[in-house]
Amino acid sequence: MLDRDQVRKVAHLARLELSPEEEEKFTTQLSDILEYFQQLSELDVTDVPPTTRAIDVSNVVRTDTLQPYRDRESILDSAPDLDGEFFKVPKIINPE
Amino acid sequence: MTSAAPAKTQYEAVIGLETHCQLNTATKIFSTSSTKFGEPPNTLIDPVCMGLPGTLPVLNQKVLEYAVKTGLALNCQIASYSKFDRKQYFYPDLPKNYQISQYDLPIAEHGWLEIELVDKETSTVTRKRIGITRLHMEEDAGKLVHGGSDRLAGSTYSLVDYNRAGVPLLEIVSEPDIRSGQEAAEYAQELRRILQYLGVSDGNMQEGSLRCDVNISVRPAGQQEFGTKVEIKNMNSFNAIQRAIEYEIERQIEAVESGERIIQETRLWEEGSQRTISMRVKEGSSDYRYFPEPDLGPIEVSSEQLEDWRSQLPELPAQKRHHYETELGLSAYDARVLTGDRAIAEYFEATIAAGAPAKPAANWIMGEISAHLNSNTSLTINDLPLQPESLAELIGLIEDRTISNAAAKNILPELLEKGGSAKAIVERDGLGQISDQGALETAIAEVLTENPKELNQYRNGKTKLLGFFVGQVMKKTGGRADPKLTNQLLAKKLNS
Repeated sequence: MLDRDQVRKVAHLARLELSPEEEEKFTTQLSDILEYFQQLSELDVTDVPPTTRAIDVSNVVRTDTLQPYRDRESILDSAPDLDGEFFKVPKIINPE
Repeated sequence: MTSAAPAKTQYEAVIGLETHCQLNTATKIFSTSSTKFGEPPNTLIDPVCMGLPGTLPVLNQKVLEYAVKTGLALNCQIASYSKFDRKQYFYPDLPKNYQISQYDLPIAEHGWLEIELVDKETSTVTRKRIGITRLHMEEDAGKLVHGGSDRLAGSTYSLVDYNRAGVPLLEIVSEPDIRSGQEAAEYAQELRRILQYLGVSDGNMQEGSLRCDVNISVRPAGQQEFGTKVEIKNMNSFNAIQRAIEYEIERQIEAVESGERIIQETRLWEEGSQRTISMRVKEGSSDYRYFPEPDLGPIEVSSEQLEDWRSQLPELPAQKRHHYETELGLSAYDARVLTGDRAIAEYFEATIAAGAPAKPAANWIMGEISAHLNSNTSLTINDLPLQPESLAELIGLIEDRTISNAAAKNILPELLEKGGSAKAIVERDGLGQISDQGALETAIAEVLTENPKELNQYRNGKTKLLGFFVGQVMKKTGGRADPKLTNQLLAKKLNS
């Protein structure tokens, strides 16, 4: 089903660092999960239109009315690091 | 080996543009914070645009309306079923680690816009359709400030301002139909005109509300396959788009000629050095792992809604140009200038509606009035005291020869500053044109007596002095002499 290289790729995309033991473990676990879902393909869905959701609603919109959020301090305070009014993050490394 | 020099290979550039346009809604695409530009950092944030747990985005209906109207203006097919998707990538300007965008079911597809190219030497106009692949809605990201300065290299940390996170964007992707820097700049300008006519965006490139990325490759003319494409970014004017493309075409041709391989990469335009520099090598094709956004329902635009929005579209720049050229008899150049700005075009149309002939109205608006607006940058044509009706009246006074063109130019500053009626000023100041033959003959006789030397020269064959005499008569009459009649009478008198 899923091989180790695919697990490494998924880990890289999720910015996760895995040890060789973890890679081994997740290869088995993720394969099991995918296999479990694979059971769904036993169903004949020829005449069933594809869907992306279970609830049948569309066109949920709101008016363009300004309502500023009153408690921005609490958002700022929940960040690991701040510099004045800015969020502070580690230096960005160019993906090279 | 043959001694004949090999024929020089002709190259063709293949160019497509990806444009991001900020919509000028009051609030963000999925939350109720303001979209205002230039506010103090992180003052326009809320739990939804910051992606805090338990929050639910809800689509701003204005964003949908603007997207559909823009799609219609770009001759697109509007999707009867459209949805949002999550585009995953990690960068600190993205608070949720995904951007809500549209992937496989964009709101609009398969459109086109028409560009007009003017040859500088011959002023011939050619028109070309540039295909629009797709148009979709998405949210903007925040803004990074690098360690207190813009130097990325030296800083150990970055600062983030999320005011822009969640500002609504339209991404508009063109087909690779563009072949030159001029065509690309023209495409971008026409797109901006359309957005401004629709009133959905201010299209300000300096403030970043219109951002154009360019995909470009070169291939020997006649070859079917595309060359390796390079993306160029960071152009903040139409002129920069054109120059960046021209530079890049040359760079790629040189590389191909010298047997170098073109690398698929992103390059930045450097305004200072007028060149593109490599930013980073693309990691294969990025894997964004799109999947349907579970927090937002699909969009199904009903045909009633679609027709209602379609009926609200204004006359668009290309339609106006066509209308000005075919129905009003203006040149392609005049039509382009007047339709460059919707407010100017509407002022022009109001002047015509008030009875002015098209060509003089165009000349006054493109000449004196534009010059006045350019020297008063805070003034727009909408708050100009001189109303179109009064401009039409002024033109009428010239047309029926009540006043000379020169007299009209003399009273224009007052009209531009204070408005009011042109007719009233002419009457108040006694500026009516002198068309009375007797009065003009008297003035001419005086001028000839006062300038015996020139008269002598004229009679000895220096006939270009006619202009000098006309000028003297004008001076004598305070610019009020009817120029046509003065010319006739003078010629008659001088040649007698």
